[in-house]
Amino acid sequence: MIRFEDVTKRFAGGHEALSRLSLSVDKGEMVFVTGHSGAGKSTLLRLIALIERPTSGQVIVDGQNTRRVKRRKIPAYRRQIGMVFQDHKLLYDRPVFDNVALPLIIAGMGYREAGRRVRPALEQVGLLQKEKRNPATLSAGEQQRVGIARAIVSRPKLLIADEPTGNLDPDLSLEVMRIFRRFNEVGVTVLIASHDIALIDKLGCRRIELDAGRIAPAVEDPELWE
Amino acid sequence: MINWLLRHAGTSAGSFVRLVRQPFASLMIILVIAVTLAIPASLNLVVRAAQSVSSGWENALDFSVYLRRDIAEPDAGKLAQLIGQRADVASVRLITANEALAEFRAQSGFGAALDQLSENPLPHTLVVRPSAASTSASIILLQEELGNLPEADIVQVDTEWVQRFHAILDIVRRAIVIGGSLLGVAIIVIIGNTIRLDIQNRREEIEVTKLIGASNAFVRRPFLWSGIWYGLLGGLMAVGLVYYGLYLLAPSVSRLAGLYQSGVSVTSLSLNEALAVIGIGMALGLIGSWFAAARHMRRIEPR
Repeated sequence: MIRFEDVTKRFAGGHEALSRLSLSVDKGEMVFVTGHSGAGKSTLLRLIALIERPTSGQVIVDGQNTRRVKRRKIPAYRRQIGMVFQDHKLLYDRPVFDNVALPLIIAGMGYREAGRRVRPALEQVGLLQKEKRNPATLSAGEQQRVGIARAIVSRPKLLIADEPTGNLDPDLSLEVMRIFRRFNEVGVTVLIASHDIALIDKLGCRRIELDAGRIAPAVEDPELWE
Repeated sequence: MINWLLRHAGTSAGSFVRLVRQPFASLMIILVIAVTLAIPASLNLVVRAAQSVSSGWENALDFSVYLRRDIAEPDAGKLAQLIGQRADVASVRLITANEALAEFRAQSGFGAALDQLSENPLPHTLVVRPSAASTSASIILLQEELGNLPEADIVQVDTEWVQRFHAILDIVRRAIVIGGSLLGVAIIVIIGNTIRLDIQNRREEIEVTKLIGASNAFVRRPFLWSGIWYGLLGGLMAVGLVYYGLYLLAPSVSRLAGLYQSGVSVTSLSLNEALAVIGIGMALGLIGSWFAAARHMRRIEPR
């Protein structure tokens, strides 16, 4: 589903966020990317979402080489991917329902038709009763669940999340991760950047540890940990 | 197609709600647009009123052809008939030398002096009225042609001031077009600037929508609608201002008409003209917001 081939990302100023990184995530897998802040986790996700372009190397997502996605085609490309952010990135001038419906409206769906898909999405994150609330009146955990509902409402095959539990306490974090797990169980490929190793270990998923833009060798081979 | 229309209806309604939520700021902008549109529209009405006044002076287009003094009266009569048959001439009136002398004697008070003259010093005169379809150029041509006739002595035009007046009106009308265009540019700038501020205020929202896959066109749409709304409301208010101005002017205009006992009337803005003002407002709004959106939307990309 995701393949990085020899990817380097160097920013203006010379900082190299990713150095000749290669990795792959299979269809239907749920994978965590870990590492210290600055290790390149966010950059990796941003390359997948085409917020950044690689300096060199190939990023292939669902068979599409992102290098060949033209600027004008980026919106259509992004619509195939569900994205969840640490700071939720919700719109606070409209209710929860409208926030979740936004990807469908963007894709050109009518408001009523969108409603038929927004409610199931909200139900899956347990927020059906709060569809009319303004997201600002919800707790951080609930806001993050709104963000997840928005990410999955258009039924993407790939879900990426950047520190989705960064602002949550352990209980809420586990709850949010379980939601991701449920989507993964119905076939969605999930890639989550997180530094919460204790939590990840509870879920028992594959972990890719980054260190200074490269894969930290110790984790790629779990036996070394035993 | 229906979906597309519904989406636009939804977006335009959303943009309208946004305007209404900041009633004071929106009203200020709409007022500026309205005044800017109302100025050329009302000046245009003034020019048209002046034109309607001067259209009563059409007979002032008449000119006199003085015939040579050796032309006999019957020949003058034939010539008058001949000229009267021309397509570019509406009518010709012959004033014979005797009639002219009689009139002069009656009006001038030189009766006794005239009696001293051995013969009538006045020539026969043809008073020519050009046909209604004549332009000022064709009238000049007609005057030249008649002046070149062997029987003609001089052609006298006593109506040059009418032509001057028309020329001035022409200049004023052109000045209104030029000034109006400049004001149109001003409206584009005003709306463009308003939309630019709006875009900056909603920067975060634009970033987020782009992040989840919105195209430039999608993000642009509500701002274009805001521009159209500003233009529409500004145009409506401009039409209102013009009508109100006419209402205030009506008593003094009718007093003037009474004094002149003439058809001085300020014609009101017709429905088509009112619609044109509103349409121009909307078009300028769209152009202004388009400029702002095209310039600033591209730069806002998710970080």
